[in-house]
Parts: sequence; structure tokens; C-alpha cells
Amino acid sequence: MNREFIAALKKEFGNNILDEITSLNETYLTVKKEANVKICDHIYHHLDIPLVSIFATDERKKDGCFKIHYVFSLDKGDAFVIIKINVDEKSPRYNSITHKIATANWYEREIQDMFGLVPVGHPDPRRLVNFEDWPDGVYPLRKDFDIKTKPPRVEGEYVYRRVEGEGVYEIPVGPVHAGVIEPGHFRFSVAGEPIINLEIRHFYTHKGVEKLFENISLDKAVFLAERVSGDNSVAHAVAFCQAVERIAGVDIPGRAKYIRVVLLELERVYNHLGDIAGIATDVAFAMGAAHANRLKEEILQLNEKITGSRLLRGMNTIGGVPRDIGDKKDEILLTLSEIQRDFRELMEYLMSIPSLMDRIETTGRIYNDTAKGLHVVGPVARASGINRDTRRDHPYAAYPETNFKVSVQKGGDVYARTLVRADEVCESIGLIEQALWSLPDGEININIGEIPDGYALGYTEAPRGETLYWVMIENNSIVRCKVRDPSFCNWLAIEYAVLDNIVPDFPIINKSLSLSYSGNDM
Amino acid sequence: MTVEDEIEIMGQRLNDKIKKIFGRSLHIREVDAGSCNACEVEVNALSNPIYDIERFGIHIVASPRHADMLLVTGPVTRNMELALLKTYNATPSPKLVAAMGSCACNGGIFGDTYASGGGVDRFIPVDVYIPGCPPRPQAVIFGIMVALDKLPQKIKKIEAKP
Repeated sequence: MNREFIAALKKEFGNNILDEITSLNETYLTVKKEANVKICDHIYHHLDIPLVSIFATDERKKDGCFKIHYVFSLDKGDAFVIIKINVDEKSPRYNSITHKIATANWYEREIQDMFGLVPVGHPDPRRLVNFEDWPDGVYPLRKDFDIKTKPPRVEGEYVYRRVEGEGVYEIPVGPVHAGVIEPGHFRFSVAGEPIINLEIRHFYTHKGVEKLFENISLDKAVFLAERVSGDNSVAHAVAFCQAVERIAGVDIPGRAKYIRVVLLELERVYNHLGDIAGIATDVAFAMGAAHANRLKEEILQLNEKITGSRLLRGMNTIGGVPRDIGDKKDEILLTLSEIQRDFRELMEYLMSIPSLMDRIETTGRIYNDTAKGLHVVGPVARASGINRDTRRDHPYAAYPETNFKVSVQKGGDVYARTLVRADEVCESIGLIEQALWSLPDGEININIGEIPDGYALGYTEAPRGETLYWVMIENNSIVRCKVRDPSFCNWLAIEYAVLDNIVPDFPIINKSLSLSYSGNDM
Repeated sequence: MTVEDEIEIMGQRLNDKIKKIFGRSLHIREVDAGSCNACEVEVNALSNPIYDIERFGIHIVASPRHADMLLVTGPVTRNMELALLKTYNATPSPKLVAAMGSCACNGGIFGDTYASGGGVDRFIPVDVYIPGCPPRPQAVIFGIMVALDKLPQKIKKIEAKP
């Protein structure tokens, strides 16, 4: 698939392609800077291939320029095509692709803030990651910016989109919210109860994670990856470790792969249970929430028993897993079978409560074309009829040797998202059982030693969806680590999901999308 | 000892203390100053039916104006600094501040960088530090208990002022 694809692309754009490098299932094509819009548009619209990430690297020292990477995911052939353009420091401008591909919006603004590369023709060139009090001309991800620098605060104002008209008023919410959730700002424009516009403003929790990756050792980097988005610790750690393992060209022991599947799926189960509890809470159905929360807590306690950490931290290392869980097999299987039984009962019960169904059916609808246009990922995408799952499309760890069904719904509302999650809880429990029953004997990790120079992608299907890492290593240390959390793709969908819904339904819609602020802001 | 037993014993001690100092209940406002959301998972766990801390007289409130204590998580990011200060100022005195989690205690893995402030006590006074990444719910309850011991002194100080 990949080879044919590249050949066809070369035929179409031959004289615009300057360089081609293939390693593993990734093909890097360097193209002329002016041709980026034409080529990306062709791949995205004509060949219908999703754009999964855009990121920049500062390679001025080596190649005298910045490079921008557009990552496309060929789901049918388990391959990635990365289009690269070189951007010179003296004229740090390139053509924006946002007017053709909506999902490029935040990526281009992020690159503008972090590298100072200007996307010419971007429809919304406001600041994104750095706030208005950040001085001009200071770009944190440039190599000449020291991580300890504390730029002074300057005067500035962030201008929100205004909706005007008779009876229209604004409701500002956040960054400190009424519930125990992460910080972010929501600006609603409403006329009466229905929402006519929502603008989200995030990056309050921006902690400089990508810069930090460049300043710490590889061992510590696994520790940091676990803390990019706390409740998706395993997915992030595995994605990071896999990227490094791919650079090193090693295949980790089979037993480690199976243990990783168990951990990844345990994480999915507790997250989905928490989300279902949250939906019950937000429709004020306390009893349903109590049941779901009890099940979630049981998984958290199981996690602690088998790994020592309620959030499964410290269970991944480059080259495998540091601790075995094989001796806890019976306990895991027993707990999960009880949870599955109770969960099935709970879902039947929840779906029979008219006051709950009334709140979640047709609420917060994300139409298929909106989801596709914004490249929404994970359970949210699958609830809007997009049949994508990294575990199946780009198999990793022990997933190729397991059987599972990818649950897809068409409704796109809160109800559809709840159904997808409920299906996934049962599928995940099935996956854990399969992995534990066929756990191979042998080592659980291998010592990789020095990592050769190189770069590669690492990817997992986190509970929230496709998680991507792109790691570049030189002299056994990280020179660039791009993290693409699923929430970065899904946040913008909420601006569409809430339209024509009433303000009191916003918390349910928000919960049903299950978005991470920290993973998004980093 | 099971988790339920642990919680029962600690919860009763906490409840006694709260009754002695407040008469009825302690109101807490949680502030995320840039955490990775793991601490929020554990704070939310405190309200699940296993821990159910409301039965020990702890109420997690929606506004700092209703709070006796702020439970702050995260290293305090540059972008959250102002919001944290505003929340602190909105909380009536005498107030307690608990820094929850390694990053709230001293910045943790995020340290002191262009975006991360390196711990809550650089921005507002902290009464108690609850280490852990994230701290277990039992540790949070214990931390709240330790913080409560500091309150009588604070009340005395305020009363002594003319």
C-alpha cells in the first residue's frame, strides 16, 4: 500500500518532491515549501487520508532551517506518510493549509507560538499556547531558548469572537470551575437558554512538557510521559517507549507486550467507567453515578494491588515493563468477571431510566462530516460513525494476536458516545482475559543500552483515542519530542457539539467527550 | 486491613477534629493550578461511595467564597498564576491551604521553568504539603487532618488583632 501510494504521489508531484526517506512504516517526503498546500490538499481530500499531526523541529544547527512535518495516517496499510517542508530562519513564513484542512487550525497556531513560524493566510492568527502577556519574539521551542528563562509579562488583550444582537448575552466560565475539573475558559453566547456560540480558550495548564523532554534523560522522559495526561498514563508511556524502541530497532519480549495490553486495557476500563459515572452525575442521577464510581474504584484498587499504583504508573520502561503481573492473574480475572457482571446490570438499569435517556438522546450531536473535518478521534469519533481504532489500524504491542470488536455508532450524540464506551468496557475486559490466558513465558524487558540517532513515531489508542509521539534522538538524548494527545483533536468539536443545546446540557456534553485539559495544553 | 477499614478509622478521627474546631463541617475548594489531572482523579475518588468523605463532615464546594480550605494541585503554571491568586484572595480568612501532589509541593517533574512555577508556596502561603504522585485518598484525608491542627492558632491571631 505504502509503496504504491508513494509512487502515485511522485507521479502527480514529481518535480516538487526533493527527497524521500523510508524507515519502518514511515515515509518522509521533503517537498518544496510552496507546494505544501497543493500536496496536503491532494492527500487529504483527493485520496481521503486523515492528517493526524503537524509539528515543527528546529534543525538550524544541522541543516540551517526549521522543518514542518505533516503526518498522514494510511489506515488501510498500517503506514504513515510525513510531508516535510523546510522553513528558513530569515523568512519564517509558510503557507497555511487551514483554509483547506480545518484540523490544521490549532497545530499551525501552536507552531506560531512555539517556533515563531508564521502560517500565511491563517484565518485566525491569534495566540494559542502563550497568553497575551507573553512578549513578542520569544519562542520556547527554539533551540536557543533556555528552559529556565522567565520572560517578563507584558500588556496585552485577548479578543474573543463577539456575537451581537437583541437579547444576546455572554456567560464566561472558568478557568476555575465549580466542579473538581481542570482549568480552562469557556465563553458562551446565548439568547435565552440555547447556545448560539461557544468559544473555548485553553492552555492554562501549559507546563512546557515538550521543552522539558529535550532537557531530561531518557529514563526520566518515561516518567514525564506518564504525567502528560494523568488518567492516560499508560497510553502515553507506551507510546513514548514504542517510539524509542522503534528508533533502537528492537523488538521487546512477548511477555512484555502482553502485559502492556493488560495495563492499557485496565486504563481504558477505569476511564470509561468514570465517564459513564460522570454522565450520570451531570444528569443528577446520583444512584447510577454511585454504582459506576464504585466499579471504577474497584479497578483503581485492583491497579494498586497489581502494580503498586492506582493509576498504573511506573509500569513501563524503554525495552519492556519493569515488573511482572503474571502471579496476580487469578485475582485480576476474578475481579474483572465480577465487574463485568455488575457493569452489564448497571448499563441495563441506566438505559431504562427515562429521565436519563431524555437528557442524553440527541444531546450534543457531532455530525459525521464535522467529526471528520476536525479529525476527531477515539470513542467520540466512533460514536459519529468514524471507524478508526489505532489498535486495529496500526497494531502495536500484542494487539495483532488478540480478537476484539471496534464499536461504531452513527448517532453522534451523548447517548451514542455512552454506548460506544459501554461496548468498549466489555471488549477491554475480554482483551485482558485473552492477554492473561495466553501470557507467554520469558523475559519482561531487555536492556537496550545506547539508543542510535534517529527518529520515529510511537502510537497507542488511549481511552480518549489516538495518541501520537514523534521522538528524535541524537547522542542518546532527546532533541525533539512531539506529543499529540487525543484531546488536542477533540476539543474544537465541543464548539460544534453544543450549538442549539441549552446551557444546562453543556456539562453532560463536555463529560461525554471526556477531554483532557492537561494533555491538550501540555 | 482493607481500604474500607482504614478509611473508617481515619474518617472518624477526622470527623472528631472537624466537630471540635468547626462544630459541623469543613468546606474545601479544589483548585487545579496546572496538574496533570491525576490528582483530580483522586480528589474525585474521595466522593465515591467507598470513601464518601461527606459523611465525615467534609464538603467540596463550588466557590472559594464558601471555603475554609483550598486544596491546590499542580506546579502553578504561568497561565494559572493570576487565577490562583484571585481564588486565594476570594477565600475568607482564616483559611487553610493544602498543596496536594508532588508538583504542588515543589514543582515535581515539571520543576521551575518558563511555564511552570515550581510549587504552590512560591505564590501563596501553604499550611500543609501532601506528597505523592498522586497521593492516595487516605493520604489526602491525613493531610487535611494535619492542616486542621493549624487552624486554632490562626483564629487566635485574627482575634488578637484590634
